[in-house]
Amino acid sequence: MTDSNPSAVTAKKPYLSPRDFEAHKRPLTEKVSVRNVDFYYGDYRALKSVTMPIYDRKVTALIGPSGCGKSTLLRIFNRMYDLYPKQRAEGEIIFEDKNLLDPKQDLNLLRARIGMVFQKPTPFPMSIYDNIAFGIRLYEKILKSELDDRVESALKRAALWDEVKDKLGQSGLGLSGGQQQRLCIARSIAVRPEVLLLDEPTSALDPIATAKVEELIYQLKSDYTICIVTHNMQQAARVADYTAFMYLGELIEFGETHQVFTKPTQSKTEDYITGRFG
Amino acid sequence: MAQNLNMAIYHRRRLFNKALMALAWTAAVSGLAILGLILGTLLFRGVGGVSLDVFTQMTPPPGGEGGLLNAIYGSVAMTLLGTVLGTPVGVLAGTYMAEYGRNNWLTTIVRFINDILLSAPSIVIGLFVYEVVVKQMGHFSAWAGGAALALIVLPVVVRTTEDMLLLVPDGLREAASSLGSPRWLVISQVCYRAARAGMVTGVLLAVARVTGETAPLLFTALNNQFMSMDMNAPMANLPVVIFQFALSPYPEWQKLAWTGALLITLTVLALNIGARTLSSNKSQ
Amino acid sequence: MNQAASVASPTTTNSVTAGALRRHALWDTILRSATRSAAILVLLLLGGVIVTLIDGSWLAFKTFGFEFLVSDKWNPVTEKFGARAAIFGTVATSLIAMVIGIPVSIGIAIFLTELCPRSLRRPISTAIELLAGIPSIIYGIWGLFVLAPFLQAHVQPLLIDTFADVPVLSTLFSGPPYGIGILTAGLILSVMVLPYVTSVTRDVFETVPPVLKESAYGLGCTTWEVVSKIVLPFTRTGVIGGIMLGLGRALGETMAVTFVIGNAHRIPTSILAPGTTISATIANEFTEAESDLYTSSLVALGLLLFVITFIVLACARLLLLRLQKQAGK
Repeated sequence: MTDSNPSAVTAKKPYLSPRDFEAHKRPLTEKVSVRNVDFYYGDYRALKSVTMPIYDRKVTALIGPSGCGKSTLLRIFNRMYDLYPKQRAEGEIIFEDKNLLDPKQDLNLLRARIGMVFQKPTPFPMSIYDNIAFGIRLYEKILKSELDDRVESALKRAALWDEVKDKLGQSGLGLSGGQQQRLCIARSIAVRPEVLLLDEPTSALDPIATAKVEELIYQLKSDYTICIVTHNMQQAARVADYTAFMYLGELIEFGETHQVFTKPTQSKTEDYITGRFG
Repeated sequence: MAQNLNMAIYHRRRLFNKALMALAWTAAVSGLAILGLILGTLLFRGVGGVSLDVFTQMTPPPGGEGGLLNAIYGSVAMTLLGTVLGTPVGVLAGTYMAEYGRNNWLTTIVRFINDILLSAPSIVIGLFVYEVVVKQMGHFSAWAGGAALALIVLPVVVRTTEDMLLLVPDGLREAASSLGSPRWLVISQVCYRAARAGMVTGVLLAVARVTGETAPLLFTALNNQFMSMDMNAPMANLPVVIFQFALSPYPEWQKLAWTGALLITLTVLALNIGARTLSSNKSQ
Repeated sequence: MNQAASVASPTTTNSVTAGALRRHALWDTILRSATRSAAILVLLLLGGVIVTLIDGSWLAFKTFGFEFLVSDKWNPVTEKFGARAAIFGTVATSLIAMVIGIPVSIGIAIFLTELCPRSLRRPISTAIELLAGIPSIIYGIWGLFVLAPFLQAHVQPLLIDTFADVPVLSTLFSGPPYGIGILTAGLILSVMVLPYVTSVTRDVFETVPPVLKESAYGLGCTTWEVVSKIVLPFTRTGVIGGIMLGLGRALGETMAVTFVIGNAHRIPTSILAPGTTISATIANEFTEAESDLYTSSLVALGLLLFVITFIVLACARLLLLRLQKQAGK
């Protein structure tokens, strides 16, 4: 995607699109700040004092071998772990000047503001329209016409509108895997979250569907702060502005994507990226 | 030489195997034969009695002609009552076990107890309702009959609700939660929808089960020779009428018993097959 | 809270979101407590059954004490009640049901998993399971009018003649062929437990890893050898669980037995003779029981039955539960 635009602007980031360029001019702000976060499954410590920023309207990729804690970290941002007993997080994650790990934090509101898309497409067993409208109706009382508009714009934003506009009343389960995943992305952004968490969103998709989702991620970052977990290092290199490499529950390296991939400071990162383990 | 010896052993093994496999075939064939035999008998002896009178006339006095209208009405009324009472409680309890209290102590105990209730002798349920309802009210009643049937519906619904909700992938729950959905909407809008076919199957199976239940009605709803719509009074019902009429010396009564038996069996089998079709459609 | 709400849904006012939050919190609480109460209600019901039965049978146990369990007298006129005949009948009929039902069920399970053409597997399984759907009163009426006359005319005379000179067996199969009686009840019960034992057995047979069976077949084992040496040992716990489940059913079965047992309060030496079971006694006599002691004795029988089946079913569940845990690991 990035390499489709030849206009080289800076030496550091050789392939920047105009939109990237706009974004680049904006001063970097931390949307979410992870500070000394530990995570436990029962007695097992899955994350060891992780500290990293998630920058506003940037794509941050979390990479690392299986079991390194990248998905665990992602699921802390919207406190998904709270659904299960015996899982707990310690430390601070600052979001809008507040620690979202605070037990008093209202989880439903938090999750409405920090959306998530999962590894496997998870369309609800209802119509395509209702899939999108479900999240909107939760906290908003709006007219039918306005709801229609919101559904349409979410589907358009997810580049799915043209494929489904004639069958909004049909079940979401009837769509192809790639369409289902874009439906889930549309469903998440319909709620208008500020941060979008993507947990290996393309691992269950074929290459063409993967390309469409990556394209979408690229377009979404002008409005959303995105954090993506991926197994696929090429994907991280393609879509992410910043990359965090994790290993055995620790954050080994965090930096701008091209730096992490071309001049990693840690030997572990280099080993992983060059395929010596993982 | 050694080869000959092996062949002898092998032949013996093969013969033994053949004999036992023949027995397995026989077992399967006889199982099917019995099903055929029972259904055949019911058709043979019951079909002759099916007429409009069966659905329009009351149960007759000894030696008289009549129908089963009051019994059919009573069975439908009490089955409905039992289902209406038992299903909501069962669905709620199953929901707790699969959604809120997954694998906590309460769920573990309730699951165990429920499994036992599921196959507990139904006559004991009848005794329980007699002691708790009939004795307190001072008389037999359709309410008591319905309550007894509800206690039989309950464990079936609890079991299928829990099983079906557990089959709903956690990913769906997480996805709904990740939109900011509160738990009650996750359950009612997403999980129930995903598990609907299975849960309906469970209710159908429960209805099938109580449709033929006799033992718990014997001393709760009792019987009533006349048409009664009063839920507060004894009420006729097919199973008990069949029981009474079949064991009577009057040919007219016996004939009605066979007709009633045919009706009940067809209803129960239709419900069973309907439930199966529903659940297999879902799984495909 | 309000600040958060405003960002979450910029198009709406805070009050709407706050209202939605309150509504959600309320419904969350309602659903949670409603489901929890329902679960507790299921618990209380079983507790209620036990307490009620104990309460109802108190008079009988107080009057007869331990004698109630061992006496074989059952006389409503003199008001002397003992459960031995009924217990004997319950155990004897269930035993017969198991002796016949277990091999047949396992045979059918072997047939379904090893011999049956794949396309017939589903219809035949369904047909066998439909046997479980047939109401027990249908088994009763069929047993009384079809099976019992057939046994009386053809099978029982043959049994009596065949075993006339064999010690023990001659007593077991002695007397006039009544048609109805312990054996007939046992036979009907064996048909009724068939679907339960078969479906559990078939299910656990299917859990045997194909690799295991294939490697045995690869050594040249016959089907029976694979079943007896590989499949059965591998699934032993599950099969026993299924059998216990069937036994629980047989012990508590009421209507079918009531039709064909003959309802005689005695302990016959011949299994061809009429007898009674706990459940048949209750079904036959409960509505006619006039005195408190009579009623109480019948409830006491119910309590006994419940305790026996509870133990058997609990064992079955524990076995099957252990199996599930193994599979889970």
